[in-house]
Amino acid sequence: MKKSLLFVVLLLGLSAGVQAATRIFACEPEWGALAREIGGEDVRVTVATTALQDPHHVQARPSLIARLRRADLLICSGADLEIGWLPVLLRRAANARVQPGQPGYLEAASAVPLLERPARLDRAQGDVHPQGNPHIQTDPRNILPVARLLAQRLAEVDASHAADYQRRLADFTQRWQQALARWDKQGQPLRGMPIVVQHDGWVYLEHWLGLKRVATLEPKPGVPPSSADLAAVLQRVRQTPVKAVIRAAYQDDRPARWMAQRAGIPELVLPFTVGGDDRSGDLFKLYDRTLELLLSVNRP
Amino acid sequence: MSGIRIPLAVLAACLCLPAWGADQSAEIEQLKQQLKALQKNYQAQITALQKRIDQLEARQAAQPAPPPAQPAEQQRVNAFNPAISVILNGRYQAFRRDTGGAIAGFSPPAEASPGSQGFSLGESEVNLQANVDDRFFGNFTATLADEGGNTTIGVEEAWLQTLTLPYDLTLKAGRFHSAIGYMNERHTHTDDFADRPLPYRVFLNNAYLDDGLQLRWLAPTDTFVEFGGELMRGAQFPVGGSAHNGVGAWSLFLHAGDDYDESNSWLAGISWLSAEPRNRDTGAGDLFTGSSDLVIADLVWKWAPNGNPYRHNAVLQGGLFWRHEKGNFQPVGKTWLSYDKHQYGWYAQAAYQFMPAWRVGMRGSGLHAQNPGALFAGTALDRQGHDPWEVSFMVDWSHSEFSRLRLQLTHDESLPLSDDRVILQYIASLGAHGAHEF
Repeated sequence: MKKSLLFVVLLLGLSAGVQAATRIFACEPEWGALAREIGGEDVRVTVATTALQDPHHVQARPSLIARLRRADLLICSGADLEIGWLPVLLRRAANARVQPGQPGYLEAASAVPLLERPARLDRAQGDVHPQGNPHIQTDPRNILPVARLLAQRLAEVDASHAADYQRRLADFTQRWQQALARWDKQGQPLRGMPIVVQHDGWVYLEHWLGLKRVATLEPKPGVPPSSADLAAVLQRVRQTPVKAVIRAAYQDDRPARWMAQRAGIPELVLPFTVGGDDRSGDLFKLYDRTLELLLSVNRP
Repeated sequence: MSGIRIPLAVLAACLCLPAWGADQSAEIEQLKQQLKALQKNYQAQITALQKRIDQLEARQAAQPAPPPAQPAEQQRVNAFNPAISVILNGRYQAFRRDTGGAIAGFSPPAEASPGSQGFSLGESEVNLQANVDDRFFGNFTATLADEGGNTTIGVEEAWLQTLTLPYDLTLKAGRFHSAIGYMNERHTHTDDFADRPLPYRVFLNNAYLDDGLQLRWLAPTDTFVEFGGELMRGAQFPVGGSAHNGVGAWSLFLHAGDDYDESNSWLAGISWLSAEPRNRDTGAGDLFTGSSDLVIADLVWKWAPNGNPYRHNAVLQGGLFWRHEKGNFQPVGKTWLSYDKHQYGWYAQAAYQFMPAWRVGMRGSGLHAQNPGALFAGTALDRQGHDPWEVSFMVDWSHSEFSRLRLQLTHDESLPLSDDRVILQYIASLGAHGAHEF
């Protein structure tokens, strides 16, 4: 009797402990890291993808359906980045709290102006995103508007901790602005640096640091480059020398490596998101590391 | 500037003066020094100005370029149109021996046949889907197929699904693919092979879809556990006749799945379809009335290094089928015969993407039917002492997510007399980017 009573008390305690935390389902690691900054110990964060996975092509795995089912808030890049898998998860999990239109459904891309909105929508242009380029996390200036929106939504979903979310947002904003000033200064020498990218996933980074994209290895977004495509890019790189070939950690290494070897320039693997390499473990380190890597190839 | 102009005037005046003599050398020396001081002052001012210009230029460069202008959003009356996608599907087939789709020991339904030789258009599919409102999701799939020179339009799916039911429940109503069996729920254009394995063909007519209701409950656990049941009209194969005033079949299913690690995930299922066919016609004229119970157990295992399927990935799947039918069977042109036997089926297949865009695959499937006895000799259920099986190899190439070309070779032993088939197939999807189920 005593034992079973203890068990019941334990179970109640456990379920109370589980209920206390707001469950956040983050599609990409950068939003998971941001949710931890703003939510602190009041939230439990599940990240659907790792930095080694292509966020365009994640499989709608059963484990993700189960985790979305229990989420109180979903935060994703949006702008059709997750169109190949998130709609299935939302439909199969049928979780009323995180359906589009609810406070628990947050698209980060809705908080910032998007670049590279295609003037022409045609699948012959590759896997284009109609609303603009969704890879907004490569510019740290985009993080603050998303953080503000997240704090506001968290306060709506979990009003009892609204003050805590506000406090953490203020603290995060202050630290982030200091970091931004530091990064802007560090990034000065990179202005005008010519680069080649493997996928058009860096437009916000280029915009932030003033990098000059000379060419893209993928002939169309999402289409792997053929040898003819690579040869054409090589021709351009020989005419307009560049400092590096940039790819994300999750991308196929062969096109970038081929180009790097032929053109005699370094291949630069940038983390792209939190956890992209072993020295980009949180949001601050992500940009520290990105700048460090870019500066390392920017020798005259 | 006036500070510079006045000393310049003084300087000009000094230079105009002739030298009076040696006694005036001291004065000249003084003037020289004044000139030097002036030059120094002048230089300092120029440097200061240059510095300010540089500073201003640097500050301008540090400011970000204004973001490019966004194209203006156009007001459109069709902004609320559902997502529309079209699947195009065509093939070329060549058989060594055309068996007409007969399978020893079974009375296979129409779609179990391998189809006709030569060029043919498979089913073209038009799919529309959208959220109806904040509580319902709607889906409609129409198929256009060419049968004997006539184009037939069919409503393959038309269903509503709830999005916000409490207690982790989901209700689906309308015409839909039953959730029994992994492949049954999925459209054939997402398959890894150009045709379905033998058990799906003979037991389910490729896929059982019917009108009805489906209720699912998703367990609130980190492991995916889903339990559900269906009540169906029972108008389509493997049922037929819409018994019990149009509730001729029901099913129960349990799905479970999880990630084994970062690179491996799995989904398992066990399902039971209980049906009461009334004068079920296979299309060839064989009739069956009685009860039909089908149990399917299946497992799908997917591998992608670090969960990134772009370059390499593999999909393994397999299933076991058991069917018990009890009732009366009327072979074409004969009298009703009493029938009470079990039938079994299995399949196992693997597809491996060895480089971006390219995959190879292999599949085996087989059937076994209990011998119904001498009365059935010469009918479709006469197993002729043979267990049907087939083995297939395929290679496919996908330039993008939206197109696929496939070559499949099949060695078929459905009858004691074997057949070999070559299938060349294309699948293309147009329009909305459909999300893929696991």
